[in-house]
Amino acid sequence: MTHIAEIELTDEQADGLSGRRGRGVQRAMRIIVALGRASDARRLIPVSRAHVDGVLYHGQASQDFVAWLTSADAHVAIPTTLNVASLDLLHPWLFRGGEAAATAGRRLVDGYLQLGCLPTMTCAPYQDEDRPGLGEDIAWAESNAIVFVNSVLGARTARYGDFSDVAAAIAGCVPYAGLHRPEARLAGLVVELDPDAVASMTDDSALGALGLVVGELAAGRVPAIVGLPADTTEDGLKALGAAAASSGSVAMFHAVGITPEAPDLETATGRAGEPARVRVDAAMLRRAQTSLATAPDGPIDAVALGTPHFSVSEFDRLRAVLGETPGPVQVEFSVSTSRAVLAQITRLGWLEDIETAGVTVVTDTCTYVSRILRDPGGITMTNSAKWAFYAPANLDAHVVYGSLRDCVESAMAGTVVRTRA
Amino acid sequence: MTSQLVATPLVPGRTAGPVLALAQPLSLWGGVDPASGLIVEPRHPDHGRCVAGHILAMPASRGSSSSSSVLAELLRCGLGPLGIVLGESDEILVVGAVVAHELYGVDCPVMLLGRDDYAIVATWRTATVDLDGTITRGAVRPTIS
Repeated sequence: MTHIAEIELTDEQADGLSGRRGRGVQRAMRIIVALGRASDARRLIPVSRAHVDGVLYHGQASQDFVAWLTSADAHVAIPTTLNVASLDLLHPWLFRGGEAAATAGRRLVDGYLQLGCLPTMTCAPYQDEDRPGLGEDIAWAESNAIVFVNSVLGARTARYGDFSDVAAAIAGCVPYAGLHRPEARLAGLVVELDPDAVASMTDDSALGALGLVVGELAAGRVPAIVGLPADTTEDGLKALGAAAASSGSVAMFHAVGITPEAPDLETATGRAGEPARVRVDAAMLRRAQTSLATAPDGPIDAVALGTPHFSVSEFDRLRAVLGETPGPVQVEFSVSTSRAVLAQITRLGWLEDIETAGVTVVTDTCTYVSRILRDPGGITMTNSAKWAFYAPANLDAHVVYGSLRDCVESAMAGTVVRTRA
Repeated sequence: MTSQLVATPLVPGRTAGPVLALAQPLSLWGGVDPASGLIVEPRHPDHGRCVAGHILAMPASRGSSSSSSVLAELLRCGLGPLGIVLGESDEILVVGAVVAHELYGVDCPVMLLGRDDYAIVATWRTATVDLDGTITRGAVRPTIS
């Protein structure tokens, strides 16, 4: 049995827990202290920002929790962004889940706004210009956002989730545990890409597949990936991280030579001990791609992109591929993104091109957690390993996985098209 | 053969009942239907089994940070596990259990065992969890202290 030591609180933190700073802070502190016990922390540290995932409606408990906080006059103490809601608040007609669910989803957002959270409504808060920097301690929820901010930006967050995220925002502090500790950020596993694996990674679907493999291999360790091309984009790292978080709870990875805490393998692994090494070959990536499909290649009902939320650069690429592919779109084609990115592509004049081609842009929510698709139980093609991983259970969806280009070509053909052998 | 182990109580409490030991880690969010308690992740080896009324034993944590909400909602509806025994700490489940206690007064003790001890509990059909973290083979009534 491991003994749990008492957490040493500063005077301010102790006042929070005792109720001297109000009932709202006290309730938040009770959750933070329980979290600290679970993570074997000895002290709490301040955080500068929070990202809250609890705004997606999971049932009455979601609403009861936010009401428990608002009824105690709780208020966030630091800038706090919101993850996706249950419906598209800007285009509410896109939601097919019924009036009661829409009302419940909206009420929950209102509760979080009352706590002082910002209505960003995105799972990709790292796509904002004002984003956390290297070494900054923050409290983020949403598995893809957590893995991105730790890995690609080098800010430090443990895995917060519903309830603990907003508790950290209200308390302004978190247990000093998990990936807040520099030593926990060192790689415990080296994943070496075989040259044949790298050679096979010719489109964007490969990084999702690699993420899936890395997640399965990680087993609680921070993986350091060796051999990723130096020009791997943030969009690619987003897809990789989201997939690794889905298949293996990966909250941080290093891409040696690419991510900020891994200029070289020695820095990524630190000096203590020799981490385990595994090799990933092209066959493993192929198997991972195949494992994502729950339907055979053939006719499709829909294409869903934007999980995690599409970036401006991904819209640029979509626009280019749509321009190169003779249309029109034969199936429902939906892209999920944030309201901030929607505003940018509207300003750039891209939205009109994309909508004219037959694409629906969904904001504030995501097609794999919300009733948006006309036939969620139909066959949907996606370039997102995360969508493919979760939608079969969430929506009873049938899934085909492929690159962005294959998704576009398939949407035009109404059936799966593979542009490479 | 070992019939009693001592766990670290991450969320203290007592319970007794059948053990549902998962063959693989499970994300409650996306993996369990909060309206029925059934495991719905199609790729999971325990697909179709129900977490309600069981001491849920999981070798490691996995998946979405929304699992706290799903656990709280399951417990609100009376479809949650009686308790949770983990081979690795999982803060997300701890928070779900703590919030369910704050909001609804429902107890769902969460116990942490090392990997070796976890493997022993995973073979038990029934178990009893006590306030101090003692886990005993068999569903005897918890002692009232």
